[in-house]
Formats: sequence, structure tokens, C-alpha cells
Amino acid sequence: MSSPDAPPAAVAPRRSDRSPWNWLLIVPIVVPLLVPLYNHRDPELFGWPFFYWVQLLFVALGVVSTGLVYRATRRSSADRAAARQAADAPLSRPAAQDGGTDR
Amino acid sequence: MKVNTVEVTVFVIFFLGVTVLGFMASRWRRGSSLMHLDEWGLGGRSFGSWITWFLIGGDIYTAYTFVAVPALVFGAGAAGFFAVPYTVVVYPLIFLVIIRLWSVSHVRGFVTPADFVRSRFDSPTMALLVAITGIVATMPYIALQLVGIEAVLKTMGVTGEWPIIAAFVILAVYTYNSGLRAPALIAFVKDILIYLTIIVAVIVIPSKLGGWDAIFGAADAKFTEAGSGGLLLAPAGQLQYATLALGSALALFLYPHSITGALAAKNRDVLKRNMSALPIYSLALGFIALLGFMAIAAGTTPVGTDANTIVPRLFQDMFPSWFAGVAFAAVGIGALVPAAIMSIAAANLFTRNIYKEYLKKDATPENEAKVAKIASLVVKLGAVAAILLIDPQFSIDLQLIGGVIILQTLPSVAIGLYTRWLHRGALIAGWVVGMASGIVMLYNVPRIGPGGVVVRPHWGGSNFSLGKLGFDTTVTIYAGFLALLVNLVVAVVVTFVLRAMKVDDGVDGTAETDYTAEREDPSVRDLPDPLSNEPLAGPPPGSAPASQH
Repeated sequence: MSSPDAPPAAVAPRRSDRSPWNWLLIVPIVVPLLVPLYNHRDPELFGWPFFYWVQLLFVALGVVSTGLVYRATRRSSADRAAARQAADAPLSRPAAQDGGTDR
Repeated sequence: MKVNTVEVTVFVIFFLGVTVLGFMASRWRRGSSLMHLDEWGLGGRSFGSWITWFLIGGDIYTAYTFVAVPALVFGAGAAGFFAVPYTVVVYPLIFLVIIRLWSVSHVRGFVTPADFVRSRFDSPTMALLVAITGIVATMPYIALQLVGIEAVLKTMGVTGEWPIIAAFVILAVYTYNSGLRAPALIAFVKDILIYLTIIVAVIVIPSKLGGWDAIFGAADAKFTEAGSGGLLLAPAGQLQYATLALGSALALFLYPHSITGALAAKNRDVLKRNMSALPIYSLALGFIALLGFMAIAAGTTPVGTDANTIVPRLFQDMFPSWFAGVAFAAVGIGALVPAAIMSIAAANLFTRNIYKEYLKKDATPENEAKVAKIASLVVKLGAVAAILLIDPQFSIDLQLIGGVIILQTLPSVAIGLYTRWLHRGALIAGWVVGMASGIVMLYNVPRIGPGGVVVRPHWGGSNFSLGKLGFDTTVTIYAGFLALLVNLVVAVVVTFVLRAMKVDDGVDGTAETDYTAEREDPSVRDLPDPLSNEPLAGPPPGSAPASQH
């Protein structure tokens, strides 16, 4: 989708948040909502009914999934350096200020 | 009831100590004048991973976790444990959304969700609705924090009208003169106190009560005898449990205070990292919830009929007075941090999207900051009114009702981050119908007491019975979730109609590349570190209207 005041591509580089890794995020969203699957008493663990300990296990599932996606999709330091360099290029800054807010 | 001197003394010492510390630290090497709204409200907007973790954590895991969740588990059993799946689901759910909001806000200088909606959909009306929704939904959430402080004070023997007045005054003093920085710093101490209390409680209390077997056993016996609640969910309550967890998760980052916390992050990676680090709090939340069962096993009784005092009472029974005082201080400070951020966020909404937009278009930054302070006081008064209006017997309902309201901004704020296909007129229509149906449903929820007796016919919670719609069932569903579905259906249908009629849908004030902008990009407004002394570089956000020129 384009809009009338879209800044030139050189100023704000076109990026994408797309990554196959993002599908992993669906797991910790869907699993904790499947209540009938874990609304049970057995098997117990250290006296805890299944319902309670498995939901604490979901916390770990959430941490691992989001952690993996973060690690797989974060920008490398080379990317960051390149972006910083592009930002410091002499002509780009004034163009950004105008192109960013004016129409 | 007698005032417990040791508890009160320890409580007051911690409370004053932490407060003084927080305010001193926030003044130390402060940036430019606090008289500018974005300085007061967003703390300069660049916190690194650690401060963001504490700030957002302090935002989300509030007195409600310490007081209301275990109180619900104490009263209803498994149903109260929804807070755990809720806080598991929320982070993967918003992982990709919140970074888009961060980027577009930092390119266009948005401070509030209403700023975004105004610019994205070219609709001051929808922005006004988002602002009003945010302010109104925040009030019961702040009320919940006041209830938390009140519960602690009551348990220590401070009775009558005093606890709630004291809670309000403490909060007002706390937030009047400081921006986001003091709460962020105090959140650090608060979390240490809370973790300390939790670790001690989880080790000491089960061993005193004869182990986890005995705790779950006692809870089971109580629910079986009472004939309501239970260690497991009743079949009719499963849909409620799932929709409540999902609905609360969807609502969480629509709250203005969560957005304030997230926007203060330094860059997108800080936010992403936090999405995977924040669930650590959820683990603590799970143990906190089980304090409700421990209270059952210990035979703890609340002060009077106030179920919210159950955890403070448990601490009183189980811990020596001095440590109970420490735990109470943790709850008290744990209530103040989020309440402070909430009132700042609500005040931002009022100042930017109502006062400046409609009442005084030529307001100076000093003027705005002054209005923001007064607005934050008014919001707190609203919170007190909410307590008086809604019986905070089960204070968690305060938050659930707020959730029903705030969810109605999801189509414009969250879906708007991805597409502006929904027509601005349709968003308004969806909001109106969704809000109306949500309120009607809340009105029709009775409060069921022990043994299935209807205690109150209306405003009894958020679990709407599908039977009321004519279905032959006892299944209940989270009213906010159903209201959101209604909202979305209306928004989609009206969009088709308005598009067919070729009604103008305004001009997008944002560009597609805004949503993926990184900190280093020249289009991103760069603000100095909040703890540094450098003056603000470039125009402060909000000084240049983002949508028009």
C-alpha cells in the first residue's frame, strides 16, 4: 500500500518483518487456549494436579518460542552498522525531515 | 482490630525509603526540563532492555497479581488461574505488532494510541473515541491498584475510610511531580521485594502446611463442600477460561499504559528481547496464584468479608511480623508503580487527544504539561469513584470490565497497524455497537455466591452466559471477547457498504516504510537517553503535527 507522503526509498529503507520463524509464535498462542486438553487432574507432579503444573510448563514454552524467534530474526551488527552508515550519509538527513512529515 | 506496630513500621520505612530513593534517582542527571509533556510522560523515550523489562513488568504484573488473582483462586479455584495462560499468550501474540507500533510512533512522533489512529485513519472522531476509551478503561485498572493498597492497610489494622483515602493521597503525591523515570527506577526495587517475598512464601508456607499434596487436597475438600469452584474447571467454564485468557491478552497492549511502557524502549530489538524475557514474571504469577490455595489449607480468613485481604492475611499468619511488613511493602509499591504509569498514560491521552485537539489548539508545551498533571489527578479521582461504584469484593472484575471496554479499540489500533482497509466510518460504527453490546452483557452478568445463589443480579463479573442469547447451554464466555466479535462484524459489514457507496476514507498520514523503521534510520526521531543531560535533539514528538502540515 502506498500513500501520498511515502518518503523516498533511500531515506527509509523498505524492510520486512517477514520470516518463516514467525510461525513458531503460533504454538504458545494456541496451546494454552486448548483448555480441554489439560483440564485434568492426572498425571500429578509433586502433588500438583496436571492442570497447574502443565500451565507453568507453558510459560517455558512461551519463553523458548519467542526467544528462538527473537534470536533468529534480530538484526546482525553488520545490518545495524549499514543502517547507521546510511543514516549518516550527508544528504539523507534533511531529506528525511522533509519527506517524513510533509506532503 | 488492633494496629500491628511492627508491620506498620517496616511497611512505612520501606515505603518512604523506596520513594525517596526513586525520586532522588530520577532527578539525578536529568535531561531537559520536566515541563515538557513528552519529558513528563514518556521519560525521554529511550530505555534499554533492562529498564524496559522492569518498566513493562511493573506495568503488567501489578497489585492485581499479588492481591486479586490469589483472591480469585481462593474463592473460585481453577478459574482464577487464567492469569497464567493469559500472560503466556500475550507476548507471542503482540511480538510482531508492538514493533510496528514502535516504529511508526517513532517516525511520526506518536505518544498515544489515539495519535496513531488520528493520523492513520485521518479521523479525529475515532481518535477521540480511542482516547476516551483509554481513559475510562484505565480508571478501574487504577482502582484495582488502590484496592491492593487498601487490602494491605486493612490487614495491618488500619480500618474505616482511612485505607482508601491514604491510598489515594499516596498515589497522588507519588505521581504529581514525576514522569516515567521514577516509576521505572522504583519498579526495580519493587520486583526485588516481590521476588524475595514469593521465593520465601513458596519455600516456607508449603513446608508449614505439610506439602503441596496437603494444599491441593485442602482446596479440593473446600470446593467440594461449598459446591462451587473446584480444582479443575467445570465443563461449562472452559470456553470462558480460554476466551478470558485470550481476551485479556488482546486487551493488555491496547491499554495506554502498556503502550507508554513499550514506546519508551530504545529500539525494536529491545522490545523483541523483552517479549521473550517478560514471561519470567508469569512463572512468579503462577506461584502467586497458588497462594490462594495455601490460604485455604492454612484456614486463613479474610478481614471482614473483603476477599482481597486473603493474601496479606496469609502472610500475617505465616511470617514473622517484620517480614510480613516487607511483603506488604512489596504489594504497596507494586501497586504504585503501575498506577503511576497508568495515570501518566491516561493524562497523555487527555492532554494530546482531547485538550489540545478540541479545547485549546494553541497550547504551549508548558501548558500541556500542566494540564497533564491535573488530568492525572482527575483520573485517580475517577478510580476512587470506580471503587465506590463497583463493589471491589472480587477486585479482579474491575480489570475485566476495563478489558471489555478497551478491547473495542482493537480494530483501529491493532488491525490499523497492518491495514487501513477498514473504513474510518466503519471503525466508529463497530466501536459504538461493540461498546454497547459489551456494556449490556456486563450488565446481565449476575454474581453467583456459594451454593449457586445469585448475590447480585447485575454487574457481577465478565462471564456472560450464552444461555441468555437463547442457546440451550450453561456455557459462559468472556463478554469482552463476544463484544469484540460483534465490533469486528459491524466494522467489516459497514466497510463494504461505505466502500460501495464510495464514501471518502481520508488520507493515510503514515507510510508503509514507517512500520519497519529501525532506530538508525534518519526518519526515526532520535531522543537522548533519559538519564543524560543532553538537550533534546530535533523537534520533540508532537510539536509537529504528524498527520497534517
